[in-house]
Amino acid sequence: MKLFTIIVFSENQPGLLSQVSNIFTRRQINIESLTVSASSIEGIHKYTITIITDKDLVEKVVKQIEKRVDVVKAFFYTDDEIIYQEIALYKVATDIILNHVEVENLVRKFNARFLEINSTYAVLELTGHTEDTQLFFEELKQYGVMQFVRSGRIAITKSSKELLSKFLENRMNKEE
Amino acid sequence: MSKELISGAEALMRSLIHEEVDTMFGYPGGAIMPVYDALHDHQDKIKHVLVRHEQGATHAAQGYARVSGKTGVVLVTSGPAATNAITGIADAMIDSTPMVVIIGQVGAALLGTDAFQETDVVSITQPITKWSYQVRQAEDIPWAIARAFYIAREGRPGPVVIDFAKNAQIAKFEYTYKKCNFIRSFVPVPEIDPWAIDAAAALINSAKKPFALIGQGVILANAENELNTFLEKADIPAGWTLLGSSAMPTEHRLNKGMLGMHGNIGPNIKTNECDVLIAIGMRFDDRVTSDLNTYARQARVIHFDIDPAEINKNVKAEVAVLGSAKQTLALVAEKLKPAKHTEWIESFTEYEKTELEKVIEPELNPASHEISMGEVIRKISEATDNKAVLVTDVGQNQMMASRYFKFTQTRSMITSGGLGTMGFGLPAAIGAKIGAPERTVCLFSGDGGMQMTIQELGTILQEGTGVKMIILNNNFLGMVRQWQELFFNDRYSETHMMNPDFIMIAKAYGIKGRAVSQREELDDAIAEMLSDDKPYLLEVKVETKGMVYPMIPTGSSISNIMLGDK
Repeated sequence: MKLFTIIVFSENQPGLLSQVSNIFTRRQINIESLTVSASSIEGIHKYTITIITDKDLVEKVVKQIEKRVDVVKAFFYTDDEIIYQEIALYKVATDIILNHVEVENLVRKFNARFLEINSTYAVLELTGHTEDTQLFFEELKQYGVMQFVRSGRIAITKSSKELLSKFLENRMNKEE
Repeated sequence: MSKELISGAEALMRSLIHEEVDTMFGYPGGAIMPVYDALHDHQDKIKHVLVRHEQGATHAAQGYARVSGKTGVVLVTSGPAATNAITGIADAMIDSTPMVVIIGQVGAALLGTDAFQETDVVSITQPITKWSYQVRQAEDIPWAIARAFYIAREGRPGPVVIDFAKNAQIAKFEYTYKKCNFIRSFVPVPEIDPWAIDAAAALINSAKKPFALIGQGVILANAENELNTFLEKADIPAGWTLLGSSAMPTEHRLNKGMLGMHGNIGPNIKTNECDVLIAIGMRFDDRVTSDLNTYARQARVIHFDIDPAEINKNVKAEVAVLGSAKQTLALVAEKLKPAKHTEWIESFTEYEKTELEKVIEPELNPASHEISMGEVIRKISEATDNKAVLVTDVGQNQMMASRYFKFTQTRSMITSGGLGTMGFGLPAAIGAKIGAPERTVCLFSGDGGMQMTIQELGTILQEGTGVKMIILNNNFLGMVRQWQELFFNDRYSETHMMNPDFIMIAKAYGIKGRAVSQREELDDAIAEMLSDDKPYLLEVKVETKGMVYPMIPTGSSISNIMLGDK
């Protein structure tokens, strides 16, 4: 069992997200994180989904996702095959920061930045891997965190070929 | 391409005609009335069969599609009609039947308000369709219908649902029609990989004990001839899945019988003895494989399939030959070396002898005075020269019919395999007869299944569809009773049925019929049934505690076959 990142490209039609997530539900797979947004190609939507499972199952699931008519392509990767990042925000009371120099030290150590600061609270931002954002949270917690939120993962592949573009090009040639 | 202003409902009719639809199965209702009104002007081009329950419409469309290869078309209204159609849609999905289901919907302004007869059909059917889409503007109908037919029939076929909002049925627009022959995100038939063709041929050429598993994919691809050439050239014995029945004639020398839970002994045992297992258009369903941990572990597997998601889903394949069987079988066959596997093929004979002696003979010529299911089925098969279309319901009737009916031509077996829907038989038989009017259509049903959709006798009354219906009546929910006898200590919980006078019911629907309880009456009754092309109901009182053998219990290895003690 390990963490896999599944990247799905679909046509920009409503209802696709639930179709894709149903495939995981049917197999009782929990979605660890999910990021959806427009991709760099016009009209194509991109989903980045992380799940914990074994290779056999992820292969089957990805093939079933691709079966959906409006799904263009689906790929799966292990952590070493992609460059990935997530963003986390931490709300901390301002007087905690003022009274504990350790907090400022933590911010330096993790290379977090101050997104917002006012008389009541400050919002810190950290980008990195889940382990990094989690560790920062654990350390900050000792001093008091009012709110903590993390995004889903976004990922870019390590390959120099853009598999999706190749595929779409192929398809455009077939259409003619 | 006309540019007049027509309503969405009229556009639907014209789009269907463009798609060469000449038959539809349906039932009107409030949310689909504009469509039915438009239909009224096109009765010369499209024949609409009025069923008696929307579930009947879906199964009839399935029967029609399976026997003819055309896409079945269903037309129903919103709300309860849509939910009544769910069973048939799910059945078509799991058995890969091409079907377009047009469902009425409340007007777009009412969507999401719990309006009268409103249901979220697109969401409900999404997991059981290849595509489901809601049309809220009339302009979208030609595009949606063109796409629906393309998706339903291309590649691995399946059902598509079009949810047609009432306002879109009424609104007018400038209609043009363009057939769909390309969707960029949808690759229905994978490209054939020359490496896979070579690898498959090489593997088969090196095989000493090859065994082929024939599934519905051969029939869907119209690849019966290619299959024949392929098997003959390399002398490969074959077993068939339930839905692959009739892809090969029953008496073909290489046809070794049915696979699976109630299949013939030879094909099951030999699956675990072969050295190369060649799966063609079949998906290794659990009824065929039973326990996967003990299934064909010794064999090198070649899997021919059009759906990449089936490869390695249940059984790991060494060589996956993606593509349509019609092309791939031909390409591989070209590279096969002519071979003879006489000894290997002969090795099936001892199992055939055992099965004949222990199971088949006692079933076809029972010692007791009670009529067995098998003998009825075999007699009727022979009386039709083994040329009839066999339609079954689900249960013991289905298993017995698939074992004892014989096939001489393709597209002769229509049954609910993947979903196992009781009540499938009667409406499917109606659809089949309408789809192949020149063929004799025989329906075998149990007393239970018949009553699940018995209202479709009304469709026969109205259409005069000449279906030959045989009820194998044992006053029990037979298959469940069998399991209760084998695994639940004869505790017949809720399986005994008190049944009506079926012949009286048939008569009420204007259908001729006869009940038979003595063996001596059978031949006469069968001859009477087949003497004309009118609908007929033959009720045969069969043995109450009939058992379907052989049987591979669930979770057991396919080498572990129960033969019963007849």
